[in-house]
Amino acid sequence: MLNLKVNDIDLEVEEGLTVLQACEKAGVEIPRFCYHEKLSIAGNCRMCLVEIENSPKPIASCAMPATNGMNIKTNTQKVEKARAGVMEFLLANHPLDCPVCDQGGECDLQDQSMYYGLDKSRFKENKRVVPDKNMGPLIKTQMTRCIHCTRCIRFATEIAGVPELGTIGRGEDMQITTYLEQSIQSELSGNLVDLCPVGALTSKPYVFEARPWELKKTETIDVMDAVGSNIRVDTYGWEVKRILPLINEDVNEEWISDKTRYAYDGLLNQRLDTPYIKYNNKFEKASWKEVFKIIKSRIENTSKDKICGFVGDLTNMETSYIFREFFNRIIENNNYESRSRDKFLDFSNRKNYLFNSTISGIEQADLIFLIGANPRYEATILNARIRKAYSSKRTKIFSLNDVGDLTYPYEALNGQIQTIKDLIEGKNNISQELINAQKPIVILGESLMSSKSASYVFYSIKEFLMKNNKITDDWNSFNVLSNDASTVGNYDLNIFKEDINLIVDLKKHKFDILYLVGQDNLNFEKKSEFIIYQGSHGDKGAEIADVILPGSAYTEQNGYFTNLEGRLQKAHKASYPPGEAKEDWQIINELAEFISKKRLFKDKDELESSMLNFLNLKNENLTNKKFVTPVTFVNENLNIQTKNYYFSNVIARASKTMLDCNNSKIKFESTGTNG
Amino acid sequence: MTLRKISKDQPEHFEFSKENLEEAKMIVEKYPKGKQQSAVMSLLYIAQKQNDNWIPLSAMKYIGKLLEMPYMRVYEVATFYSMYNLSPVGKYFIQVCTTTPCMIRGAYEIVEACKEKISKNENELVHEKNSSWTEVECLGACINAPMMQINDSYYEDLDKEKVLKILDQVISDKMPKAGSYRGRLNSEPENNRKTLLDIKNA
Repeated sequence: MLNLKVNDIDLEVEEGLTVLQACEKAGVEIPRFCYHEKLSIAGNCRMCLVEIENSPKPIASCAMPATNGMNIKTNTQKVEKARAGVMEFLLANHPLDCPVCDQGGECDLQDQSMYYGLDKSRFKENKRVVPDKNMGPLIKTQMTRCIHCTRCIRFATEIAGVPELGTIGRGEDMQITTYLEQSIQSELSGNLVDLCPVGALTSKPYVFEARPWELKKTETIDVMDAVGSNIRVDTYGWEVKRILPLINEDVNEEWISDKTRYAYDGLLNQRLDTPYIKYNNKFEKASWKEVFKIIKSRIENTSKDKICGFVGDLTNMETSYIFREFFNRIIENNNYESRSRDKFLDFSNRKNYLFNSTISGIEQADLIFLIGANPRYEATILNARIRKAYSSKRTKIFSLNDVGDLTYPYEALNGQIQTIKDLIEGKNNISQELINAQKPIVILGESLMSSKSASYVFYSIKEFLMKNNKITDDWNSFNVLSNDASTVGNYDLNIFKEDINLIVDLKKHKFDILYLVGQDNLNFEKKSEFIIYQGSHGDKGAEIADVILPGSAYTEQNGYFTNLEGRLQKAHKASYPPGEAKEDWQIINELAEFISKKRLFKDKDELESSMLNFLNLKNENLTNKKFVTPVTFVNENLNIQTKNYYFSNVIARASKTMLDCNNSKIKFESTGTNG
Repeated sequence: MTLRKISKDQPEHFEFSKENLEEAKMIVEKYPKGKQQSAVMSLLYIAQKQNDNWIPLSAMKYIGKLLEMPYMRVYEVATFYSMYNLSPVGKYFIQVCTTTPCMIRGAYEIVEACKEKISKNENELVHEKNSSWTEVECLGACINAPMMQINDSYYEDLDKEKVLKILDQVISDKMPKAGSYRGRLNSEPENNRKTLLDIKNA
């Protein structure tokens, strides 16, 4: 511990802190531009100057380690003058275009010049001119505003792992740019906009849309992947204007992926805003009563076991739960499923489908082994954690398949299941390394889980880890990487058919009525089935439907989501559904009332408490049913089938920004400038 | 400044010649393992020498791959230093010093000679003459002012006539003799004076 003084107040801080951090502990705010706690220290903006006793000059507190007996002063005249001087220099070349700048109202430079700066400049010369740079479809640049804090460069190099940004030239000619002005090839590039303390990098899709004080801010949860990033949705009226990250050190730190941030324009396109009925292959607008009538007569004229239902990838848990109740109580069967393809699942224990090491646990890992996963596209934020582990501890990373650039170096094996068999039998070196590792992490991806070898790999790896004490109360090294926001939630709610494979039956056309709730990924050909589609977007599911019930997207209804580590989080309503559309749980509840004259639940609260009750009961009465499948080894080449990152769900598919991103990526790859 | 701008005409391909590759490898070996990136400046310089005094993008890429560093980091270094030329210059690259001591001793005569013989503007490559010229800041040979540098050699104690002769040789693709053009050895005093005592009122 160090004893030091901040503004004559005695303070005890741990060793290894900088002067700036020590001041923060003392509750003294120090202005800064280049310093960011998640990035390396640059010390080039000079805004954080403080005075230290016996030091002839003010020092940059962000880069100075705190030492014992220091007497730090942050409120002297000298410091104030130094800050004003730095501010004047920073503003010397900064244009006075705040009224037309998108950063206005939430700009660090604007705020700090109000607090610490002078009200005029002595700089009479011409300001420098810097041409704007191309940084791709997400980032708009206005490089005259840049103050060269280099936060963007450090983020791209250290956290995103794409060292494409840099400074060229020197002195007055210094400019920040990407290599040859190519667009940034990262799924985290949107965070550059948040990091930029001025208006040099602003959001292209949000350009001139709104001022920060006009927006209604709702804190909620993201559904673009299974990570469950904490986000803030800013709305203006009905429209979602932008999405920003919220800090949650256990989940997304303070980053979100580009899909989370920019797919929101998909909420405006392709929306289903009124019920439709298909007559002669053409959809016609209808009223709720009409569609309910048709559904009722269909259901009443079909035998129970000929009806089945599928829940989609973006559905919140309340909807899934009421859907399940609808089948159990109204239709009186349990033909419901949340998986859209043949995917292995051992539901005997919750730990069999969770990411047990937890996202923040990745930082402690000393060995990571990926089997059939491409975390860069399947869970971008989780991939950033793996990169963090790599850059801070040089964690060794293996992958069964070569999955391309993951933003960190890894050793790719041959992709054969035989290699896993060798590993378990101790025939290759990874086996020994896994045993020697203190905190290894084995990640089973969806590509593996939907392959034929899934159960073999699943059980044998689990047994291998158990045998070597890698699954204990302190550390569980066995992880399953889910890809979709509602996957884990649906498993928790038992939305799966235990004994019969519904997908196979579906493809054999065994059912007469299909009820799809936000399920657009079913790969099957329609014959004579009657399909009810309930969802927010006109996508693949609505295309094949006979009746469409317009539902809500994730920003338009309250709802729980369980992320891949099993964390239950509530998403809040930021906007409301368009036109005639209703909240998803409401539709099912009203449909139930229409069919059986009785609502399933009185209101949302009853539904919510019933669902939470169900989850609690399930956790208490853990079934020790052992899933018995013959575990036979068949060698095969594991194929990695990653969905296109920019088109992985209905909202992203309806988003123009995501299309632009995809095009820019294709262009980048086709020019061959990447290698 | 113009030489630090990336040229629009870029050769598709660049590779070190055999000797240069060996030299590069020797330089890389001087640094500890994993720190091979420290050799980037020397390697850029070798590439510049090999490619008629300028560095094409393909060479930066080549060096980036050789040293396992991102292209952007090589690009940053190459754009930072004024002695790396990023657009084509002559095989004979003439740098005329025009800083104060040389200027007083008639540096602008040399500039005029260059304008007459080579090109009207600086940094203009004349292909049939194999050469280009540019004004630079002090080259550190003020005692032999005025002076200019062609590739790696200094040409000192010049006047317009002498420069015209030197440039004639350059244009006919011959490397002129380097050093003082008033017969001095390095920067020794003229007329064989060895001490200040020889001069009255010294």
